[in-house]
Amino acid sequence: MPDIASFFLVAPELQLTAAGLILLLVAAWGGDKAARGISVAAAAVFFVAGLQLIGPLHTGADGPDTLAFGGLLKVDSFALFAKALIYLAAIACLVVAPAFFNSAAAGEERGMRAEYPVLILFAALGMSIMVSANDFMTLYLGLELNSLASYVLASILRKDQRSAEAGLKYFVLGALASGILLYGMSLLYGFTGGTDFASVRAGLEGDLSLGQLFGLIFVMAGLAFKIAAVPFHMWTPDVYEGAPTPVTMFFSTAPKVAAVALTARVVFEVFGGQVAAWQQIVMFTALASIVFGALGAIGQNNLKRLLAYSSINNIGFILLGLAVANVAGASAMLVYLFIYVVMSLGSFTALLMLRGENGDLYETFGDISGLAVTRPVIAWTLLIQMFSLAGIPPLLGFYSKFVIFKATVEAGLVAFAAIAIAASVIGAFYYIKFVKVMFFDEPAGVVTGKSETAHWVLLIFTAAIISPLGYLLTPSLTDLADKAAAALFVAV
Amino acid sequence: MDFPILTTMMLVPLAGAILCLFVGNKGGGAVARNIALAATLATFALGIMLWANYEIGGAQWQFQESYDLFAGFSYAIGIDGISLMLIMLSVFLMPICILASWESIQKRVGEYMSAFLFMEVLMIGTFAAQDLFLFYIFFEAGLIPMYLIIGVWGGDNRIYASYKFFLYTLFGSVLMLIAMFWMVATAGTSDIPTLMQYDFAPEAQTWLWLAFFASFAVKVPMWPFHTWLPDAHVQAPTAGSVILAGVLLKLGGYGFIRFSLPMFPDASADFAWFVFILSMIAVIYTSLVALVQSDIKKLIAYSSVAHMAIVTVGLFAFNVQGLEGAMLIMLSHGLVSGALFLCVGVIYDRLHTREIDRYGGLSINMPYYAIFFMLFTMASIGLPGTSGFVGEFLSLAGIYQTSSLVALICTTGIILGAAYMLYLYRRVAFGGQTNEDAAAMPDIRPREWVMLAPIAAAVLWMGVYPESFLAPMRADIAVLDAQISASAPASDADLAAGAPREAAANAVEYEGEGDH
Repeated sequence: MPDIASFFLVAPELQLTAAGLILLLVAAWGGDKAARGISVAAAAVFFVAGLQLIGPLHTGADGPDTLAFGGLLKVDSFALFAKALIYLAAIACLVVAPAFFNSAAAGEERGMRAEYPVLILFAALGMSIMVSANDFMTLYLGLELNSLASYVLASILRKDQRSAEAGLKYFVLGALASGILLYGMSLLYGFTGGTDFASVRAGLEGDLSLGQLFGLIFVMAGLAFKIAAVPFHMWTPDVYEGAPTPVTMFFSTAPKVAAVALTARVVFEVFGGQVAAWQQIVMFTALASIVFGALGAIGQNNLKRLLAYSSINNIGFILLGLAVANVAGASAMLVYLFIYVVMSLGSFTALLMLRGENGDLYETFGDISGLAVTRPVIAWTLLIQMFSLAGIPPLLGFYSKFVIFKATVEAGLVAFAAIAIAASVIGAFYYIKFVKVMFFDEPAGVVTGKSETAHWVLLIFTAAIISPLGYLLTPSLTDLADKAAAALFVAV
Repeated sequence: MDFPILTTMMLVPLAGAILCLFVGNKGGGAVARNIALAATLATFALGIMLWANYEIGGAQWQFQESYDLFAGFSYAIGIDGISLMLIMLSVFLMPICILASWESIQKRVGEYMSAFLFMEVLMIGTFAAQDLFLFYIFFEAGLIPMYLIIGVWGGDNRIYASYKFFLYTLFGSVLMLIAMFWMVATAGTSDIPTLMQYDFAPEAQTWLWLAFFASFAVKVPMWPFHTWLPDAHVQAPTAGSVILAGVLLKLGGYGFIRFSLPMFPDASADFAWFVFILSMIAVIYTSLVALVQSDIKKLIAYSSVAHMAIVTVGLFAFNVQGLEGAMLIMLSHGLVSGALFLCVGVIYDRLHTREIDRYGGLSINMPYYAIFFMLFTMASIGLPGTSGFVGEFLSLAGIYQTSSLVALICTTGIILGAAYMLYLYRRVAFGGQTNEDAAAMPDIRPREWVMLAPIAAAVLWMGVYPESFLAPMRADIAVLDAQISASAPASDADLAAGAPREAAANAVEYEGEGDH
């Protein structure tokens, strides 16, 4: 019999569930006309759910008090931090969506669909469960809830061939990844005799048996699929390019946070006693993601596809923090995640504003040529985002790389850090190409359409955070991230 | 708490930069131009206040400010004499750059002025930073405005040049960042004055030195890492070249004198010959390359590489003369090469070509221009009485104490320098007026007078009375010398002091008797 405290711990999730079910009914009865209202309601629910995280985030939460439902969920600072980021990203994706779906950019199926906010709600609920999972069963439950909602989101423009293709590809490869993950989980269960993290960890003490090692590697591979790290990244560019842009923006932020947080929890809490077994895997994946993400991006002409490769590249840096395998690394990873989410939201919002006279969306390099002359504000904010993604100071993107590399060097992985940072220069090439096209080339003059207020607000807001002003946030951000990371390492 | 003058010096151009960005092309750019000029002049005035209030012989670090604003590093700034002089150079050149762009920049004036003002903020910040990471942020951030200046307002091949500039310098710097993390993790502080006193293990110094060298050698630039410089200089607009040659190249030298030498003295001594060899090659090779250039800007760009090689030689001579000489060359080269680029800009604005052959006989139709150009040519060669002489003499005197071979070869480079500069001057200013359009060019206008005359005055001042510039740096260089002289590389000079004469050399012995 679960005690009442458990319900308090998962209050945000309960609110999301209730809101999702109610809004689903509203959507069924109200139809697409109610879409805007449902969006507002969903954003409000995220906001309220997010507000409740602030208190515990500040005081810090770890230890046995954070376990809910007999250890199925663990709502510690780490989970709270990730959830706060997920809700923020979800709100942003709700805010930008109506302008996109109600314009010519949505193609034949013009008009916001009422399911969109509901699906976002359910996806975010899945992520909430993922990041607080303390048992392989809850982990899988959250992951699938998130994934199923995401597959539908990717193909929400039913009559758009690219969107349908993206949904199908995402589904097939996502199912494959889930299968691999399940296989790994079953192996671990078979060889350790438990599904909750603590007992699996206990079962993995000492030398790993072959079956345990296979289980570990399959779990890692499945998780790598979900965070789109090399060599399991192939689906990302296709899905990002094909999915409607607000959905791409969602994919590149919230599920990334959830999957990275989940991976961190699994490697530290389940495989924490076997660092040697997974550290090399993560190191390889990190370096490979940095290099292949950067190289893959160079030849791209579609901006969404380019940002997909950029996200692979960024995952590489995040994994760098994971590879360090200590509190400082985990904290750096969380700081990076926050800054990465803000940069992604900003870049995709800017892409959503590249509209023609009748509202259709432009998304290739040729279209943004000379943007600095025709649409200077969008161009300058994109410039900030791109230099920030490239990690050039004084923008906040530098700070994210700063904390990651600081943790790496402090842990003694100097050569590893040197190789990784040298590889990051390759990435700078395509970010500055972005700037070159916007600022140095002759104007193409196709981006003439007006932009929505909601887009402007989000664009300016993210640009302000990424600008040097964002450095003033770093003390509190670091404080929260430190608490969250420390919670991962507290034995329960 | 005293008036935070250094922060104010950064805030003034920053405010100007933001204003310019929003003003844009209003009034055909006139508004932005005036804002930029006012902001840079105000900063220069603050700079003069800074110099006037700098207490020579006082505390090593003055005007210190420190606030804990960020996690992981702090906003700590302050200057010593070396920083002071380089900041003065930056704020002195900045209004001149704005004037140089007054007419030649007509498109996107607001953004242009804003990029320059941002550049000024970053330059002051770099020289004043007292936190290792704060230094890196300012140092590296300069890439963004410079990339835009070259790429948007540059010449025909500007895209290639801007990419090369950006990626080359970025690659050099990132390794330095890794080294900085290691240093801070080991020493437990990112405070530069503390780190300058910290003894790193000799084995570690080697790696750290190499990582810092990767960054500074690209910035200086040293042969063979100089290839980005000719491209960047040729393609950049005039004022961009001035800033690049005048201040950005000095960041490399400043890095050596602030970081490599005091923090890794043992490694610096070990690598001294490595630096000497690269510098000797640079002096001879780039001078010869400069000799055959047909593009004026490229010629001056190569001459910069040669001059900066004398700087690196002086720095690694490990004695007071070498260090003082290196600092003076940096200041002098900042003025002189900046002025030479301005001179090129003056005739480029009229004829829109940098081909040497398209000019000729300018001393006939542009006599005042020819005088200024002559002065700066002579200063670049190192004629006594100009700023170039003092620095080169001291630097070579310094290196002579360490190695006469290096001194011999570097002095040969100075002769070659005279060759290419005089050859350039002859082709541009003397001879017959072979090109009609060049012969029709009017002499310099009042705006150009205002640009060139202050630099000419400074060049002569530094040449005739270098003490004004040496005095603030003397104590800092003495401290540095005391710190590094223990690990100086072996010297081939016989430094035994002779017995000085008792009387002055021209004293006549008095043989008579009685009073006189």
